[in-house]
Amino acid sequence: MTVTLAHGAGGRSMRRLVTDQFAAQFAPSPHAVVGLAALDDGAVLRVGDHQLVVTTDAHVVWPTFFPGGDIGRLAICGTVNDLAVMGATAPLGITAAIVIEEGYPLADLERIRASMVQACREAGTTVVAGDTKVMGRGELDGIVITTTGVGLAEYVVTDCGLRPGHVIIVTGCIADHGLAVMAVRHALAFETPPQSDVAPINHLVAEVLRVGRGDVSAMKDPTRGGVASALHEMAEKSGVGIVLDELAIPVTPAARAVSELLGIDPLFVANEGKAVIGVAPAAARAVMSVLRATDQGRDAAVIGRCVDEHAGTIVVDTGFGRRLLAEPEGELLPRIC
Amino acid sequence: MSVSPDASERLRFRDPAQAHRLAAVLARTVAEALAATGSERLAVMHVCGSHEQAIAKFGLRSLVPAALDVIMGPGCPVCVTDMPEIDEAVALADHGITVATYGDMYRVRGSGRSLADAHAEGAPVEVVYSVSQAVELARTSGREVAFFACGFETTAVTTAAALIGGVPANFSVLSAHKYVLPAMEVVAQLPESRIAAFLAAGHAATITGSAIFEPFAERYGIPVVVAGFEPLDVLAALVRAVEAIRDRDARVFNLYPRCVTSAGNVPAQARLWEVFECETGGWRGIASVPAGNIRLRETWRAHDARYRFAHVRPRGAAALAPDACICGTIMIGRAGPVDCSLFKTKCTPQDPVGACMVSSEGTCRIWHEYGGLPVLQSTR
Repeated sequence: MTVTLAHGAGGRSMRRLVTDQFAAQFAPSPHAVVGLAALDDGAVLRVGDHQLVVTTDAHVVWPTFFPGGDIGRLAICGTVNDLAVMGATAPLGITAAIVIEEGYPLADLERIRASMVQACREAGTTVVAGDTKVMGRGELDGIVITTTGVGLAEYVVTDCGLRPGHVIIVTGCIADHGLAVMAVRHALAFETPPQSDVAPINHLVAEVLRVGRGDVSAMKDPTRGGVASALHEMAEKSGVGIVLDELAIPVTPAARAVSELLGIDPLFVANEGKAVIGVAPAAARAVMSVLRATDQGRDAAVIGRCVDEHAGTIVVDTGFGRRLLAEPEGELLPRIC
Repeated sequence: MSVSPDASERLRFRDPAQAHRLAAVLARTVAEALAATGSERLAVMHVCGSHEQAIAKFGLRSLVPAALDVIMGPGCPVCVTDMPEIDEAVALADHGITVATYGDMYRVRGSGRSLADAHAEGAPVEVVYSVSQAVELARTSGREVAFFACGFETTAVTTAAALIGGVPANFSVLSAHKYVLPAMEVVAQLPESRIAAFLAAGHAATITGSAIFEPFAERYGIPVVVAGFEPLDVLAALVRAVEAIRDRDARVFNLYPRCVTSAGNVPAQARLWEVFECETGGWRGIASVPAGNIRLRETWRAHDARYRFAHVRPRGAAALAPDACICGTIMIGRAGPVDCSLFKTKCTPQDPVGACMVSSEGTCRIWHEYGGLPVLQSTR
């Protein structure tokens, strides 16, 4: 057996690899409120009276520069957003470990660093420690950035608190990041190429928690595997079913056109500046109006609700009929048939 | 490539209200057809991956009356690509020849490995979106590039056009193209078949024309409805098919006249048959289909990977008894996945044996993922 790309694609294969190889192998932490075994976006550690959220991510993307962003912006936003969806919306700081291939253009490194600085500024945080390594030519492809973030959470939000009746909100148009990268990767030249949505969402999530507080029952940033993967995890861990209203899912006309052309469901495509939020019905209206009032959240929409049947399963109401939403498996590829 | 931002918004074939009205007509017509034919159930088969995609994507099955089975036939070219064909492609990649292929073929296993497996082990495999990308790859890289060409006549035409248009000497084609009409004949000839009507693929018919189905409809007494791919196209075609069953009217009906003519795209047909010819060969999970495989003619041998790399032979042999898979019987609706001894044991989504497990919309795949066919009305 060898590791394949499917093991890194955010679906079931990846969860199995992580569970078998890692989560089941490390002893549980006495300090952890949310530990490795929860396979959430980050850990929550008890420190005195505080709840400290910790998360870490390795970032590899090809192409390194893509419409709407680059690996530097992605590395900061990915970690800021993982902290935010656990409830830590004011990151205390970020560490960055950067591994670079011999021969890498310094100008590219400077561009990436500038993006990291800019993203930190937007998120209201900074890099507080770091490490750099250089590997020989051909020993890695370009550059790999690993970031770790820490922050305190007043309300810890896991991905397992959904209950029947709760509504599912997405904070904006989906699928832009994945389609932007895919269009470049498959050398598809569109007149209006899709732009990545990569951005920090911690301020947005802070607003949601300010009005929603304990009524915010679950949150995830739908990166690899897209909204579909995030919802499957939330439904499975919470023990509820979800019914999605497909016509309510916000997708820009450009992204819809590209996804139809490639034969790829926008629900399966990665986002880097969105959150999927479960909210108790009492707070749904307040959360929606606070989201819609922001620039980042103006396209936010209620896209579904939780039900007490078919636990762990997502049913999509297409407006025509109903279908089951499969869990994405392996990397997304354009189809011919 | 130009995509108008609001192109999808302007499509007129996605009106849920009209769809529900058509569903009501379908329910009434099915009841009439059952009474007229004295049957308890009706079965309509479509033979196109894109039809299944539309049916699944828009959840149309939940609109179809319970007494009407809409069966996915041998219509997904990736699903019906035979194991030995994939083995050939994997062998080329193992041999250091760059294999370019469509995305949905990448993960499908032959008797041993998939192209994705070969790639994970370091073999040169590239996913392309079109044949022209593969030609470009050969031109710019200078490497030997073999295009693993799958798809029905629609896609085969693009391969033919690329070859006629001129390709570099280091470009070759490993053809796994299929011709859909012979497979419909195989299904119709099965003694236990209960298919009462076919939906024919609109885009394939754009090339072949609708008249090509006339001898078939006449010979087997089965109506054929040429259908498009929007939700309303599919529902309207189902209504027409059931009407034809009710009226015992075994003709060809073109419900996709905005694209399909009786004669089809004659210049495209000329190019197709200038490059290719039909030959008998295996379809995964079905059988050997007479004249079902589209292969390069002798005049194109310089670009035929099978001749160019005749010395490259797949290693290993199929480990499974060829008759263990009952995909064919499942496809015609005579058996369910649980009747198959390989289901969930030897045949899984990660390691599919038969066509019904390869496609994410295949019957076996759906049963495997969800433990049976879901009752989707329950959450209403």
